[in-house]
Amino acid sequence: MERPDHVRQTELGQPVTMLEAIREALWEEMERDAGVFLMGEDIGAYGGAFKVTDGFLQRFGEMRVVDMPISEAGFTGAAAGAAHMGLRPVVEMQFMDFVSCAYEPLTNYIATSRWRNAGPQPLVIRGPVGGGVRGGPFHSQNPEMAFFHTPGLKIVYPSTAQDAKGLLKAAIRDDDPVLFFEHKKLYRAPFLREVLPPGDYTVPLGQARLVREGVDVSIVTYGNMVHESTRAAEQLAEEDVSVEILDLRSLMPLDEEAILNSVRKTNRLLVVHEDTRTGGIAGEIAMRVSEKAFEWLDAPMLRVTALDTPVPYSPPLEDFFLPQVEDILTACRYLKAY
Amino acid sequence: MADQSESEWAREVGPPAPDSLLDLYYWLQLTREVERVLANLYRQNKVIGGLYRSLGQEAGAVGTAYALRRRADGTGDVLSPAIRDLGAMLMMGAAPADIMKQYMARGDGPTGGRETNVHFSDYGKGYVGLISHLGVMVGVMAGVALSFKVRGEDRVALVYSGDGMTSTGGFHEGLNLAAVQRLPLVVVVENNGYAYSTPTSKQTAAAAFTDKADGYGIRGERVDGNDVLEVWAASRRAVEHARAGGGPTLLELVTYRRLGHAEHDSQPYVPAGEVSEWEARDPVDRYERWLLETGGMEAGELERVRERVREEVAEARSVAESSPMPEPRSGVDGVYAHERGWIPWTRGGLEDPDEA
Ligand SMILES: Cc1ncc(C[n+]2csc(CCOP(=O)(O)OP(=O)(O)O)c2C)c(N)n1
Ligand SMILES: [Mg+2]
Repeated sequence: MERPDHVRQTELGQPVTMLEAIREALWEEMERDAGVFLMGEDIGAYGGAFKVTDGFLQRFGEMRVVDMPISEAGFTGAAAGAAHMGLRPVVEMQFMDFVSCAYEPLTNYIATSRWRNAGPQPLVIRGPVGGGVRGGPFHSQNPEMAFFHTPGLKIVYPSTAQDAKGLLKAAIRDDDPVLFFEHKKLYRAPFLREVLPPGDYTVPLGQARLVREGVDVSIVTYGNMVHESTRAAEQLAEEDVSVEILDLRSLMPLDEEAILNSVRKTNRLLVVHEDTRTGGIAGEIAMRVSEKAFEWLDAPMLRVTALDTPVPYSPPLEDFFLPQVEDILTACRYLKAY
Repeated sequence: MADQSESEWAREVGPPAPDSLLDLYYWLQLTREVERVLANLYRQNKVIGGLYRSLGQEAGAVGTAYALRRRADGTGDVLSPAIRDLGAMLMMGAAPADIMKQYMARGDGPTGGRETNVHFSDYGKGYVGLISHLGVMVGVMAGVALSFKVRGEDRVALVYSGDGMTSTGGFHEGLNLAAVQRLPLVVVVENNGYAYSTPTSKQTAAAAFTDKADGYGIRGERVDGNDVLEVWAASRRAVEHARAGGGPTLLELVTYRRLGHAEHDSQPYVPAGEVSEWEARDPVDRYERWLLETGGMEAGELERVRERVREEVAEARSVAESSPMPEPRSGVDGVYAHERGWIPWTRGGLEDPDEA
């Protein structure tokens, strides 16, 4: 069947936004595998709060694009049941902030299923995350670490259109449950529009991407902070500070090898994450580096993160809360001079 | 409209005094005018986040809150609004200027710019601000009602829910425990036909939400949510039932959301003609007609109310617009009772991270 124009951009060699890349991934996976289906609130006729599934109902019908009542715990549980029966559910959280309502089925039932010999859980929970859009404390969260601590769940958090498409396809084909985080500030960011590789491709989970090579400081980061870090690195290059940037892409599995290799090269580590500070992934990364590459370090490992508060609504508060380019500059200069 | 309502009063709560009639009119007009001004501020990009309107369903918030004991000293009834119950917040004593400051994320608003729209609390005046996560407030308000019961106070808690919110686990668990404990809780289901784009038929297979009341073993009542007098009368019955120790009531208000979910939503999913059908049942127009034709009011009296409302809201707007944005650092404190929030060393504080 002919694809509608809004999912044919790559086919036509045109650039796409990150949101369009995600849409293409979903569409192509649904075409490829009849077991892939969508569940979520307002995803059918409305096409989702962010329009990711725009046009899917018309093409794939109500059996595969299933509008849900406001019941995150219920439909996440239902996804688990469907996965047991051999389907591959892709569940949309209208905002990832609401995944907390599904914490129980996710962390208890789904995460432990394979280990309990109850079978694999090949499902994806995806949705918009992140701040900087004045969404306030309940539409801006980065809840990845609540799940990072749960054995059995995989966590993916892309920063570009190309990665988003390839990673989502890989997540859907993966036999383990994957939480897929989409930064809403990047959805339609014009600077992320790119022409994607033609045809089917995946980006394997658990492989970081070297965004930029450098020799003085390694920045390990993910999501929107990849771009903030790049902005800082460009400025630092003019000051003769050479920054290497590693985009984790997957938090779980974590590409430890890539982190260690970069640290062994630059001997200085800065972790940057939009998530809050205490209990953020910076702590885990620093511990692994301490365990396996301590002798290579020439400076303390540092982190630039959000503050340990809920996400505030008002622009001056939120800007103060979120990590800024200026913070990354300060930390990199400190490390270089150490 | 009000034949039935009148007979209900005669039977149970007595006819409304003329003062109350004008009062209700005032609150309806105030709600509508505050939202009109908010929409204007939104279009001027002064509202920072989304704007959620109650156009066409104002009688629900107003008629229910009017049945409560509204006191400013922390001894009255307590409610928790849903997103479209700005009218109830106003009636409990929230200042129009404060609501505008919230929407505009100003620093001297009720949450100092931390939280959005009607997400703010005043336990003296008797309202508990919701958070975004739908369903949690039913449990919270069951707890408020539990405290009244435990202390032997004859106070009542009231919580609003949309049709969509009834699908949450929180709604069910909260209501069930309130039922089992016979708590003085009124649960108002504002059935406005949609949850965002999803029609009510995809939230429940029940013909009416009140059908669920039986299942919970509680009182249920379903009324025309666009008839403010009927809503008020039904709310009084529910509140008195709770106050007398009878336990919860599930009060369903049949109404309609005439605008999109929020200001950005142009409702492409709504069938043609549906909105205009409900425009004809506008609760404010209907009440106005009733006041003139049956309630014995003069057009001039109503005009004076509207004039007063316009003045108050204009005044509130200028107060809100001239209020400051928050200080950037002011969001850091108050996460815990006694500890000051951490300020990053990269923000011009300490030089040495080891000491930061
Ligand atoms: C747990 C949870 N899931 C999803 C949402 C997103 N959301 C916000 S309002 C809304 C629709 C609410 O519909 P309803 O309860 O009928 O209230 P109405 O907007 O019609 O007044 C949704 C899905 C949310 N706030 N909380
Ligand atoms: Mg509704």
